[in-house]
Amino acid sequence: MTRRAGASHGDRAVAAATGALAVGAVLLLVLPLVGLLLRIPWSRIPEVVRDPAVLPALRLSLTTSLLALTIAVALGLPLAWVFARLEFPGKALLRALAVLPMVLPPVVAGVALLLAFGRRGLVGAPLDALAGVRLPFSTAGVVVAEAFVAMPFLVVTVESGLRLLDRRLDDAAATLGAGRWTTLRRVTLPLLGPSLASGMALCWARALGEFGATITFAGNLPGRTQTTPLAVYLLLETSPEAAYLLSLVLLALSLAVLVALRGRFLGVR
Amino acid sequence: MAGRCGTQVLVVLLAVALAACGPSTAGGATPGAATADGASGRADDRLAGDLVVLAAASLTDALQEIGARFERDHPDVTVRLSFASSSQLAVQIGEGAPADVFVSAGPRPMERVADAGLLAGRPMRFAGNALTIAVEPGNPLGITGLGDLERRDVVVVLAAPDVPAGELAADVVAAAGLSLRPASLERDVRAALARVELGEADAAIVYETDVRAAEGAVDGVAIPVARNRGHRYTAAVVAGAANADAAAAFLEHLRSRDVQDRLRDLGFALP
Repeated sequence: MTRRAGASHGDRAVAAATGALAVGAVLLLVLPLVGLLLRIPWSRIPEVVRDPAVLPALRLSLTTSLLALTIAVALGLPLAWVFARLEFPGKALLRALAVLPMVLPPVVAGVALLLAFGRRGLVGAPLDALAGVRLPFSTAGVVVAEAFVAMPFLVVTVESGLRLLDRRLDDAAATLGAGRWTTLRRVTLPLLGPSLASGMALCWARALGEFGATITFAGNLPGRTQTTPLAVYLLLETSPEAAYLLSLVLLALSLAVLVALRGRFLGVR
Repeated sequence: MAGRCGTQVLVVLLAVALAACGPSTAGGATPGAATADGASGRADDRLAGDLVVLAAASLTDALQEIGARFERDHPDVTVRLSFASSSQLAVQIGEGAPADVFVSAGPRPMERVADAGLLAGRPMRFAGNALTIAVEPGNPLGITGLGDLERRDVVVVLAAPDVPAGELAADVVAAAGLSLRPASLERDVRAALARVELGEADAAIVYETDVRAAEGAVDGVAIPVARNRGHRYTAAVVAGAANADAAAAFLEHLRSRDVQDRLRDLGFALP
């Protein structure tokens, strides 16, 4: 009798503590968003939108993030397939390096990009000398920076999805006479749909929100390299209302991505 | 699966640890112990505690030195310096950043803070600056003046227009009748300087003192006095300062003979 009462008392304490911490977490995560919503000059939106920095920043962000997503899918899908289906020496190290940009502090990523693709960079110097191609200070540079930080999200999500697929379905298709390409096209990819969609959504959201790598590597010029997060940072000094509005747009887009994902995070169903 | 989760958590923790960084401090002198000369009768009103100074990026090297000097004079005080563009700092103070002293390059950020009622006294001028063109060591592109910045083969960067240095640069360029196509508008003057140091840009319009502070990493091309503009640095105590006494003393310190001489040596103009 005493033992049972002790157990339920302990249980209640744990439940209470968990509940309290969870409430704390919700407050920490939600209050800043509420704060932002309260500062939006709702009635003056049409006027604020006409600030010369606002629309170019949004247009540029949408363009570069979608281009970055395209590159991420084109390069990331094959890489995810390699990680999921092949075994080779050094795979663990390679995989760690490929995923590294996901956890790298963005400014560090920017510095690394400069050292590789900058005017005096490992690849950038020959690129400039031979082809006159300069990535820093260009829209292409923004796309590269965004793809660099966002691609790992796609790779990791799709790799998880591939691992969860039943290989026997591929084998069944093969016994029915399907070539590798047909199998890929008509069996693997359709089954991969949800993971691929999650991966693309996360990748795009990450690319859209990138700041540190973009400002360090590509610089800041309205219309060419000033993406929305950069515009928010600088507009805080001159037109805070425009900054809040742009923040709201980014917030809404991020929220839309999460709602579309409906809890399907990083490939875990 | 658990093993993989564990590794991922570890990686994330490492990343968080790497990403954490603290504000820059000057000198780092530890607060002194109790006064050794306890024999003197009078109560010693020694300054103590932290002194938080938000200062324009162009003063990075100068204030680190001056802050260390202040700490030597007042061993119980720890000067904590935070550098950014004056306009960015004005935003921070407006949002309630706990600061004792605000040092601005140029009048507008200081005016903004004053208009918001966030100063505890009048701003005090203590130094000035003028612009120059920073170029790569050896000046490989042979830049001789502002006019050369219009050349198509010159990659030029400026500070953003609402940063004091950027505003001045825009004025100087406009007054010279030029129209530049900058590759980037950086968030403070030191970021613009860094582009030239890194070799990403061929030229940047920065302060003369920035070129000096770079100690050979960049060369300077002078802008003739007739076309040049300058700013006056002002410093003020912030309203609600936690350490108002030390703040006031720091302002005095900025105008002291020794500090003024040192500022002149570093290339600043004196008020």
